[in-house]
Amino acid sequence: MTETLTAPASCTIPVSGMTCAACSGRVQRALEKSAGVSNASVNLMTGAATVQYDPAATTPERLVETIRGTGYGAELPAADRSAETMLEERDEEREAEIRDLRRKFLVSIVAAVLAMVFSMPLAEVTGSGGVPDPLMRLMMPLSHALERVFPWMAAVPADAWRWTLLALTLPVVAWAGRHFYTRAWTAFRHHSADMNTLIAVGTGAAFLYSLAVTLAPGWFAVRGVEPHVYYEAVVWIIALILLGNLLEARAKGRTAGAIRRLIGLRPATARVLRGGVEVEIPLGELRVGDEVLVRPGEKLPADGTVLDGTSYVDESMLTGEPVPVPKVPGDPVVGATLNRNGALRFRVDQVGADTVLSRIIRLVQQAQGTRAPIQRLADRISAVFVPVVLSLAIATFVLWFDFGPDPAYLHALVAAVTVLIIACPCAMGLAVPTAVMVSTGRGAELGVLIKGGEALERSERLDTVVFDKTGTLTEGRPTVQTVLPASPDGPVDEPGLLRLAASVERHSEHVLGEAMVDEARARGLELGDPSQFESLTGRGVTGLVEGLRVAAGNGAMLRELGVDPGALGPVAERLAGEGLTPVLVAVGGAAAGAIGIADPVKPTSREAVAGLERLGLEPIMLTGDNRRTAEAVARTIGIRRVIAEVLPDRKLEEIRRLQAEGRRVAMVGDGLNDAPALAQADVGIAMGTGTDVAMEAGAVTLMSGNPLGVVTAVRLARRTMRIIRQNLFWAFIYNVIGIPIAAGALYPLLGLRLTPAMAAAAMAISSVSVVSNSLRLRGFK
Amino acid sequence: MSAAQIAVTLAGLAAIAWVNWYFFLAGRGEAVAVAADQGVQRARIVVRGGYTPATVRVRAGRPVRLEFDRQETSGCTEEVVLPDFGIRTYLPAHQTTPVEFTPQRPGSYEFTCGMAMVRGRILVEEK
Repeated sequence: MTETLTAPASCTIPVSGMTCAACSGRVQRALEKSAGVSNASVNLMTGAATVQYDPAATTPERLVETIRGTGYGAELPAADRSAETMLEERDEEREAEIRDLRRKFLVSIVAAVLAMVFSMPLAEVTGSGGVPDPLMRLMMPLSHALERVFPWMAAVPADAWRWTLLALTLPVVAWAGRHFYTRAWTAFRHHSADMNTLIAVGTGAAFLYSLAVTLAPGWFAVRGVEPHVYYEAVVWIIALILLGNLLEARAKGRTAGAIRRLIGLRPATARVLRGGVEVEIPLGELRVGDEVLVRPGEKLPADGTVLDGTSYVDESMLTGEPVPVPKVPGDPVVGATLNRNGALRFRVDQVGADTVLSRIIRLVQQAQGTRAPIQRLADRISAVFVPVVLSLAIATFVLWFDFGPDPAYLHALVAAVTVLIIACPCAMGLAVPTAVMVSTGRGAELGVLIKGGEALERSERLDTVVFDKTGTLTEGRPTVQTVLPASPDGPVDEPGLLRLAASVERHSEHVLGEAMVDEARARGLELGDPSQFESLTGRGVTGLVEGLRVAAGNGAMLRELGVDPGALGPVAERLAGEGLTPVLVAVGGAAAGAIGIADPVKPTSREAVAGLERLGLEPIMLTGDNRRTAEAVARTIGIRRVIAEVLPDRKLEEIRRLQAEGRRVAMVGDGLNDAPALAQADVGIAMGTGTDVAMEAGAVTLMSGNPLGVVTAVRLARRTMRIIRQNLFWAFIYNVIGIPIAAGALYPLLGLRLTPAMAAAAMAISSVSVVSNSLRLRGFK
Repeated sequence: MSAAQIAVTLAGLAAIAWVNWYFFLAGRGEAVAVAADQGVQRARIVVRGGYTPATVRVRAGRPVRLEFDRQETSGCTEEVVLPDFGIRTYLPAHQTTPVEFTPQRPGSYEFTCGMAMVRGRILVEEK
């Protein structure tokens, strides 16, 4: 045995492409045979190889190569960047950008004001020969006032002013506006063009022309052209666009505010019991199984189950429900919620990425990553925008040169620069993503998770909302209301009936069965153990209990089993008329009695139904219950259309049928039993009870069990789409109107033209207004 | 029309033609990265004013890992979007950010910056 000098190291490498034990075996053998490996184990389930190796003899990279040599994929795990760290990095970068932009803007705006003042004497000198600038005309009285205060200004030769202006402009172009030129250049090398291209070409042309005039005014004078310079325009353009970028960067930072607030909900530390001693630990050290203590007024650090204590917990930050939820031992609790009045001790069941809060954050981030179909048009325009604008600017130059007033080339230059500067591709690119971002974030704060732009678009166009009654409009926890033996003095009395029915239902997962089992346990009845248990989907269950054949189900099932319901038929009718679900029980082949079960209606169901009708949507109730029960419930809620007696596997068909009528259907369900129907619907809305939700099931997830969330989702979608359309319209129309005006389309008729500085201001306002419009969604209630 | 006007008009038309050729046609023959690997198909894409290479060739049905190396701070490229795969990822400046997905069907898929101004293509070929 040779002695190992270095300590063995260990690493875990994710392996992809393994499908069977033979695969993992092959990878494992290859690893074990390779030099420097002392031990290797490959887990097929987790798809990972754990390798102990001698760092002196091999490296993780070489191990990856070994695995790849076997034909499977391997990858060294990248340092996992969680949502938080990514957001932090992004925030830091954005803050640095804002600081940088602010500095550059402040310097250039000071330069711009000075440039304007210094241009005044030049305007005097050049008189009306230059381009009539309305801004300049407004400044004329100021200019005259300045001359009275500083009479020497008029005496300074124009040459000196031009050189002063150059000295003022140079740092703005070379420092504050430098990134416009460098970015335009890198883009140009890739045959692509963006906003920077337009600014660089526009200001570059104006600057280079002015530079030529400054260096050789005589050359222009000889040719009968007044040596007019446009330094002031260059500086103003850069200053105003920097301001626009600055405001845009700040506004864009705010669009992610909702996610930031969600992340901020987590407390930094947790107080846990370790070896019977209370210690405070950072959240990152919290483990599943830890027992956590939470005092009143403290936030819960993770998801878990209450072990001890009672309290009310405010879950509004996750569910949007303002009413605190009572918690007793055995109840689930969710991290980031606020403990109100009692002390709780709970066991941690989920930490980190598995917690409800982390899943919400992930879902919202994914939602913000999707691209709404409505954006396709904007994308197509963006793709061709800049080259088209460049072409338009050249055409503008030519037209002014050929047909414009003298000095034609000066007018041509100014008009072309104005076209380049006013064109704003940014507003087009920001129109949809900013609105989707703010809207999905705001939705999350209200407990409504909308999975992206497409879900928003579809939700807007809905005209029908189908509720899978149980768990959405009703509590989803049916309780036994009445137990009616077939005859009071018959072989099976009331407790006996409930006991036998509950016994056969003992292993059933049906909610009605659970209600009977709960009721029997609550009454202290001893349950038997059923054998030959059989569940007939949607109809009932049968089994042998203490030697007796017991069947519990609906009338159809009893008939199927050859049992005559006898007097139970009318009883069932009566119960159904009262809104109860009758469960008929047969014992030993004879009708033994009926049990009436009802699922209490949620307090806000009626309001939600009315709210949907106000929005012009038709609410429909879909249920497996019999028609009379269903209609009784529907009446109390205010729903007119009921589709009853639908077996679970037929729900999908019902949705299809409604869609075939030309309806755009939302299906509201619990996301567990009705996943196919949710997927078939135009919008699947998964609704949880409390924070227990199948979040991934629907296009929309309601974190609370409150049906009013459906109304909120539709309203938010409509509001968002309205904002998106406004944004797109504004971004589009701005360019469609702005570019021709900048090109001088109104000049022949009205003599109206824009200056480059005015174009820069318009462009800055345009993109900022789109982001600001999207930010209005933050106030959605 | 004076000679100068004719000259400027012709030059203008030529410039327009060149702009459209340069931005729409000339850039298309760009370098293609073939992501070939046993398991995960990998390709490194430099983000600097554009995507280099702008076209990546991969095979359908196998995972793809694109490593975006963003070598600039320009806000334009701070996000990369793969609309067909539901991915929008932030690319920190001067870092390499991996993006993973598995294309199931052959075809041409786009990836763009957050505002769809900078573009690249993923050509997915038959297995």
